[in-house]
Amino acid sequence: MRRLAVGIPAAIAVALIALPLAALLARTPWSTLGEHVTSSTARQALFISLQTSFGALAVCLVLGLPLAWVLARSTAPGRHLLRALVLVPMVLPPVVGGAALLFAFGRNGVIPLRLSFTTAGAVLAGAFVALPFLVLALEAGLRQLDPRYEDAAAVLGAGPWSRFRHITLPQLAPALVAGSVLAWARALGEFGATITFAGNLPGETQTLPLAVYVALQSDRDAALALSTVLLGTAVAMIVALRGRWLTR
Amino acid sequence: MAHPLIDGAEPGDVIALVGPNGAGKSTLLRRLAAEHQPDVGLVFQDRLLFPHMTALDNVAFGLRHAGLRKHDARQQAREWLERLHVADLAARKPDALSGGEAQRVAVARALARRPRVLLLDEPFAAVDVEAAAVVRAVIRAEAAGRVTVLVTHQPLDVLALANKVAVMEAGEITQTGTVDDVRTRPRSPWIARMVGVNLLKGTATAHGIVVNGTTVAALTDVRGEAFAVVHPRAVTLSNEQPHTSARNAWPGRLADVDIELDRVRVRVQGAVDLVAEITPAAYSELTPTVWASVKATEVEVYPA
Repeated sequence: MRRLAVGIPAAIAVALIALPLAALLARTPWSTLGEHVTSSTARQALFISLQTSFGALAVCLVLGLPLAWVLARSTAPGRHLLRALVLVPMVLPPVVGGAALLFAFGRNGVIPLRLSFTTAGAVLAGAFVALPFLVLALEAGLRQLDPRYEDAAAVLGAGPWSRFRHITLPQLAPALVAGSVLAWARALGEFGATITFAGNLPGETQTLPLAVYVALQSDRDAALALSTVLLGTAVAMIVALRGRWLTR
Repeated sequence: MAHPLIDGAEPGDVIALVGPNGAGKSTLLRRLAAEHQPDVGLVFQDRLLFPHMTALDNVAFGLRHAGLRKHDARQQAREWLERLHVADLAARKPDALSGGEAQRVAVARALARRPRVLLLDEPFAAVDVEAAAVVRAVIRAEAAGRVTVLVTHQPLDVLALANKVAVMEAGEITQTGTVDDVRTRPRSPWIARMVGVNLLKGTATAHGIVVNGTTVAALTDVRGEAFAVVHPRAVTLSNEQPHTSARNAWPGRLADVDIELDRVRVRVQGAVDLVAEITPAAYSELTPTVWASVKATEVEVYPA
């Protein structure tokens, strides 16, 4: 009895995840997949997706590593509030994030950088939603490091850059890889913040998720083909993470 | 500004830094390391070998930062590992080394840069006998031309390695001197216990030294505030009042006893508390109340 009480809802949970994915694969037009994936719209969207997702990852790395450092090492009184603030994009509906970006950096924004409806804007939207993933992973990694190794390196004549490069960074590598993969995947899949802040301009801000959304209304087979590509990417991501960093 | 502990030392000195737990010995070592940067080597109590590098790369790390090229740094690193008998472990990561092996790699890493000041924080704690012997021999052989500071809790290390002793208590250095100075004229109860002698504090007079109102007879020219040392072997215990030439004799009760194979150390509580070192045979004949006696010539008085 008890086994059934646990087993049935667990099986339904699995079905909840597996069934839609199976349906997607079942409806995918495998014979014309290559055609759909290499259409000019798809190629453009793929290019924009790669550009914006890796751009967002680069922004996250440059800004997120110092931020993670501050969160992990600082003893300043405001650090708990700061961590809470960093988490907001994770729980905020992305469309609200996009609107917030619009009012901050759009044409009539508080800081009128005129980034709305540009590729740079799509990068910024991706960075906004992906940053917490990288910062959290890096902060956890930094907390596991013993700062005394840096002291030991200093006694051996290593300056700040060498200590970071040869002592901190290699020990931080697992967290850095895991955090980067999560952040990149989050930026790759971003929809709401991108369409709200950067729009849906083919060749400029139309990423794969946006292209899927548009295609669903006109060319279902194309939508299915692009969805399958994104699903494949996600699975590859999990395999890479599991194999190297998650099963330690 | 350099710390007087190093400033007052001669090249070749091995200074044993001793003191109770929490006295600030490790903190002082870190301060010394910072002050003598970059001409300093420090072996941390937890060794702190870099976990992502091999033993060889750990030793080469400091050499690389001394400006050596990669090949030369590795060559010299290997030579240091050989000197500490761990060259066969060069390719291992620290988590594949035993405590004694890791300690030898850590000593090689600190010595490889040929620092003028070498600081070692309890290098023989949690290390097997063989590794301790190798490290002792290398430290002794490498002492020439540099100042070595060694934090230790083992009296044996002090005798075997050090020519000077610095006693640290509650964050302050309370006594420095040669090993003989500290052994024969300890200036605090802690260091007296470590070197294994009775330390009395009182006022020296023409008759001896007055300790808590009891005059302990001694031959001395010292007057005023003074210490006196009595070696436990100079304390005689008997069940009856002794009829010997000893001018100091007090009744007392046997308190803490520390029995070893060939000797017994026993504390006698009386007018003056004393630890006596006697044979197991003599101990077996004692009653709980005894007389402790000490010859006046065995009471060594010196100014406080």
